[in-house]
Amino acid sequence: MEIFNNILIYFVIVPLLTLGGLALCRNRGIKAIRTVAVIGASALMVLAVWLVSIFLQVRGAGDTSEMILRSDVLWYAPFNVHLALGVDGVSVVMILLSAFIVFAGVFASWKMNPLPKQFFMWFFLLSTGVFGFFISIDLFTMFMFYEVALIPMYLLIGVWGSGNKNYSAMKLTLMLMGGSAFLMLGLIGIYFHSAADGNLTMNILDIAHNNAIPHSWQYLLFPLTFVGFGVLGAMFPFHTWSPDGHASAPTAVSMLHAGVLMKLGGYGCFRIAIYLMPFAANQLAWIFLLLTGISIVYGALSACVQTDLKYINAYSSVSHCGMVLFAILMFNTTAMTGAVLQMLSHGLMTALFFALIGMIYGRTHTRDIRDMGGMMHIMPYLGVGYVIAGLASLGLPGLSGFAAEMTIFFGSFQHADTFRRVLTIMATTSIVVTAVYILRVVAKLLFGEVQDEHHRSLTDASWEERLSTATLILAVAAIGCFPNFFINIISSSFDPIVKSLQEALAAAIGAGNPPLL
Amino acid sequence: MMDYSQFLLMPQEIGLLLVFLLVFIYDTFMPERTQRHMPIFTVIMFALYTIYCFCPVAVGEAFGGMFETNAPTWVMKNILNVGVLLVLLQAVKWTNSDFVSVRRGEFYELLLLTLLGMFFMISARHFLLFVIGLETASLPIAALAAFEKRHYESHEAAAKYIFTAIFSSAIFLLGISFVYGMSGSLYFKDIATALIGNKSALLIAALAFVIAGVGFKLSLVPFHQWTADVYQGAPTAVTSYLSVISKGAAAFSFLVILVQVFGSAYSQAWEWMLYAIIILTITIGNLFAIRQRNLKRFLAFSSISQAGYIMLGVIAVNVMGMSSMIYYVLVYIFSNLAAFGVIAAIERHTGRVTMDDYNGLFKTNPWLAFTMMLAMFSLGGIPPFAGFFSKFFIFVGACHQGSVAIYALVLIALVNTIISLYYYLLVVKAMFLRQDDCVIPAFKSHWTERTGLILCVLGIIFIGLLSCIYAYINGAVDAISSMFAVIQ
Repeated sequence: MEIFNNILIYFVIVPLLTLGGLALCRNRGIKAIRTVAVIGASALMVLAVWLVSIFLQVRGAGDTSEMILRSDVLWYAPFNVHLALGVDGVSVVMILLSAFIVFAGVFASWKMNPLPKQFFMWFFLLSTGVFGFFISIDLFTMFMFYEVALIPMYLLIGVWGSGNKNYSAMKLTLMLMGGSAFLMLGLIGIYFHSAADGNLTMNILDIAHNNAIPHSWQYLLFPLTFVGFGVLGAMFPFHTWSPDGHASAPTAVSMLHAGVLMKLGGYGCFRIAIYLMPFAANQLAWIFLLLTGISIVYGALSACVQTDLKYINAYSSVSHCGMVLFAILMFNTTAMTGAVLQMLSHGLMTALFFALIGMIYGRTHTRDIRDMGGMMHIMPYLGVGYVIAGLASLGLPGLSGFAAEMTIFFGSFQHADTFRRVLTIMATTSIVVTAVYILRVVAKLLFGEVQDEHHRSLTDASWEERLSTATLILAVAAIGCFPNFFINIISSSFDPIVKSLQEALAAAIGAGNPPLL
Repeated sequence: MMDYSQFLLMPQEIGLLLVFLLVFIYDTFMPERTQRHMPIFTVIMFALYTIYCFCPVAVGEAFGGMFETNAPTWVMKNILNVGVLLVLLQAVKWTNSDFVSVRRGEFYELLLLTLLGMFFMISARHFLLFVIGLETASLPIAALAAFEKRHYESHEAAAKYIFTAIFSSAIFLLGISFVYGMSGSLYFKDIATALIGNKSALLIAALAFVIAGVGFKLSLVPFHQWTADVYQGAPTAVTSYLSVISKGAAAFSFLVILVQVFGSAYSQAWEWMLYAIIILTITIGNLFAIRQRNLKRFLAFSSISQAGYIMLGVIAVNVMGMSSMIYYVLVYIFSNLAAFGVIAAIERHTGRVTMDDYNGLFKTNPWLAFTMMLAMFSLGGIPPFAGFFSKFFIFVGACHQGSVAIYALVLIALVNTIISLYYYLLVVKAMFLRQDDCVIPAFKSHWTERTGLILCVLGIIFIGLLSCIYAYINGAVDAISSMFAVIQ
């Protein structure tokens, strides 16, 4: 079959093969399980790097088509559902990010107990969903992979989590599935209005080119899809699953969830909601800008008063993911590129945070910062890692957070209208607040008094923990030092989206129907 | 002079009758020591018959238009056959157990007869034949429900079932008499012609009564009151038969009646009536399911809400809606039978059926827990399992109609899937997340039960991923697409 010549399909096949390989392992054969998992994760990493090089070659050769590596196989003819593959710059970097985090996640859950085999099986099912989502350009398959990525969370948190895990797992699953219920209706609505001539299609590019969704329907479908994805992007007021879910999830799952899964929300928001319905996007952007603005400030302020390390990072994620959606809604190339950089940055940095927290928790058996202190002397490697993650989070130049946030705020401030400028200024205050809660934790946890004498005998990171965190730290520094490499890949992908948004805006103003704000 | 070639149009009914006769002869004339092989004999005969039925059949009308075989009815019957085959396979061990074995012949005979009745319901194009089919499909089930003679609940279930059945068929007959009064005929075709453009109140009343009659078998709210008690009291094999086959057949015949009889008098009023029933069915089924601890009762309420989803495909009245509804029933058969197969196996070995008994099941019986989890995920509509595809398609089919009202209806249905996901996850939670001191001990189920469950699991995984199955159904429905042209 022709589709197997496409590298993209292997992003789904490799995790599935890993899943099958794990199923063949014996329950107690921990070495075999680890070997299979590492082989699978490394293969994904190699594939992802290879994909980036292919992408650079193709673009370097002057191919400016919107999506490259296209493949198309008809699946359900009556609904015109295809297994349609294709990537642009944004998907490429998201795939790279996911591969990194899956790789780091495998090592972070090296000593997973109990049932390591089942854990890794669910873990790779989740990765299948994530990669499948990023490579699809068909509404149906995209949505299918989206839900495939969501449901393993229930068992991953419920079985292997800690704390109030039953409650968190159920809350997270139901809220995310609730979001996807709205999303499903939105997608069905888009499908039925995808073409004016009756040749209904599920292909995103075709729908965008047809641009046939009536304006009245866009008012209905845009909020459905945006909120549907926004729930996963932790948009206020639908973010409440995130702190509980992250706090209860095991380390690798928190990493994958904050690092990759929440990006599915942001990615879906612009790839489906905004790209396919530019008219309503322009008209309604102000509502969602307000909500995401609240997310940014509220998340940062909430993080200040938390004492549980995971809660601090979960709320900080709400703030940072809010920034992603905020920047996407600014509708210009600079801000949107910043949004993708922020997705990368936040993904790596939060994964690093959660990995470190998991390692600290595994030693101290507490995550309450009031019960810990002086970790810098006890476990210097983890301490330094934590400081680097913290500095990336508060936007130190040279690390990823700075590049992302600068781009976002530059882009947002480009707008001449007062509303967006005021919102941008409000959003920038979160940087200060972030510094407050990060430095507070660093001061207390790493440099404070040792609270518990037993902690003095704790060991520093083992080799697999070092490998896991070092990968992430290198990636964070790479984005911070060479943002242009990523910006070049990303920014041209936004041209068609920004163009259709501007045309829609001009048409709306021309028709005497400008957006309210 | 009778034209005997008309019988060629009913190969599925005649084949079923042959299987029935073979089973009956085996039961009556074979020596006592060979009787315990009868269940396997039935399964093999029925399997051969099911395979035979997949051969293409002649289509057309027989007996002066009373009976019709067309591509969709053929597919519907094949789907029911597959479901019955799974039920029979799962029941083998149960019918050989101590108290049941003396009467196992009756079990198979009655079950096959009710299936014959359902086939007539699907193919009938005259209300007289339809009522005969409806009664044949209902009354023996009461005997089946009372099969566990020594259990009080089984008797209660039978009594409840038969009273409701009689009552609802009385209402149904009243509805038909109204229709007859308006149109002067009992042939579907003649009625449809006579009712074109009819918007009288009498028609609405007639439709309401007809819905009451069929809605009882489908357990639509407010005709669902019997469901929980009967499902709980009846033997599990009978419950699984009731919940998938009987329901599926009722849904199919309801679709036929709605399109072929009342389709020409399509009006806003009965559309709203059906919308109300669907919303009530889905919501009430879901809300009651949350509080159930007995798993058979739990699945009873879940099946009520599933009937609401099936109805979404019925009201779509277009090719997409009809094929996605048939597909939905197919997927529902596999998912529900997987759940009931696990329940039956565990009940037979330990006698325990409440959700708390399943705590920690994963530790002792991982495969049963895994099967149950797949069944729950499929019923809840989680990809990549078949339930996701069937839910998505049925929603697409319903939205095809295009009005804002139907989008609102689908939104309500979608919000309800979240509620249903909650209680389906409760089962998963009990099996995987909870611990218990008295976990169900590890046991090895009988090979027939295992085969049945493996078939169900394969179905759950592959019915969705392989698009050819949907294409098969859609192709059959496409053959009669002109039927829908009357409507709208």
